[in-house]
Amino acid sequence: MGLISNGTTLLDAGAIDSGITQGSMTLINTLTASSSANLTFSSGITSAYKEYVFHLINIHPATDTADLFIKFRDGSTAYDATHNATVWRAYHGENNTSSALEYEASEDVSQGTSGQGIAYNIGNDNDQSTSGYFHLFNPASTVFHKHFLCRMQNSHGSDLALDNYVAGYCNVTAAIDGIQFVMDSGNIDSGTIKMYGVS
Amino acid sequence: MGLISNGTTVFDAGSMSLGGKLTFIKKLTASGDSTLSFVHGSSSVVFDGTYKEYFITLKHIHPATNNVAFEMNFTQDGSSFAQSKTTSCFDAYHAEAGNDAGLRFEAGASLALANNTGWAPLNYNMGNENDGNLSGFVRIFDPAGTTFHKQFQTEVSWQYLNTYGIRQNTAGYVNASVASVGIGFRFSSGNIDAGDICLYGVG
Repeated sequence: MGLISNGTTLLDAGAIDSGITQGSMTLINTLTASSSANLTFSSGITSAYKEYVFHLINIHPATDTADLFIKFRDGSTAYDATHNATVWRAYHGENNTSSALEYEASEDVSQGTSGQGIAYNIGNDNDQSTSGYFHLFNPASTVFHKHFLCRMQNSHGSDLALDNYVAGYCNVTAAIDGIQFVMDSGNIDSGTIKMYGVS
Repeated sequence: MGLISNGTTVFDAGSMSLGGKLTFIKKLTASGDSTLSFVHGSSSVVFDGTYKEYFITLKHIHPATNNVAFEMNFTQDGSSFAQSKTTSCFDAYHAEAGNDAGLRFEAGASLALANNTGWAPLNYNMGNENDGNLSGFVRIFDPAGTTFHKQFQTEVSWQYLNTYGIRQNTAGYVNASVASVGIGFRFSSGNIDAGDICLYGVG
């Protein structure tokens, strides 16, 4: 039996029509902050997907000008996998007096184990937050570095639009099997992070 | 005939979703249009709290007029595109002649807005030669929110007056506590001669 809707064949002869979009991003988990010390994806990062992407929406800090960090777990219980990263950003103030495009030598990391900042000086006014995405490539590999790419747009505590770019790699041979998001000061007051597998 | 299961539309009107998290909503094809816009509730457009994130692709956007900027803006009432925005903007450029290249913040030509209700340019000095166009994407986070700024990111590749290739990144936020119910695109002068703009919901 086939299935036809509005003249379009959706299913027939045991097969889904080739024109039907089946999706290549699978939502694995959604975490919602509520005065949370951290948001941790402790499971679901496996060899099932060669790429994972995290979508961060309206992440609001409890503390003004806090930085949002990401930490990596590589088989133990600690989120302390060694990584390297570059950081650069563009910003522009609401008052039109401050703007720049600059490399952030104070935020990049060389063989660090304490996590990587991905959004800086986020304001905690009621309307301020940060949103963006973080890609992690082939975390289950035990051969290659595990590369990542990130772009976050946030409302800076000094009323700036701040466009942050971070990229790097976990310099470990073990698989990355957990990801944790945490502020450098205070809680994550609110916000949502979705983890997708990309196939 | 449609099929609704537990309140969710599985298929209807000849379209079907099988769990892909990038849900196609609407495609607009330019043909000498002054403005192309997606407004919630109009022409089957969804642009509300149904999705916490929207993704827009821009493909082969071609201007009718030479030396113009492609621009976008947001609306809170569905008709007036004039919500206040603060943005940053930078680009990497390289001349076709191979004699000039660089990376720079774009402070001039109103490319970076400061609480400005005007249209936000995604590029500048774009040529209308036959093969010239702009392609790229726009992300908007939680446009229906009434608490936080509405953050957005854009990234486009285009040609400067047929002499440079430019990758341009703009990001910022709508500085309003009311929802954005729509987004519009236009050129600073003249029509959108050709091109496709597609709206997706990210679920």
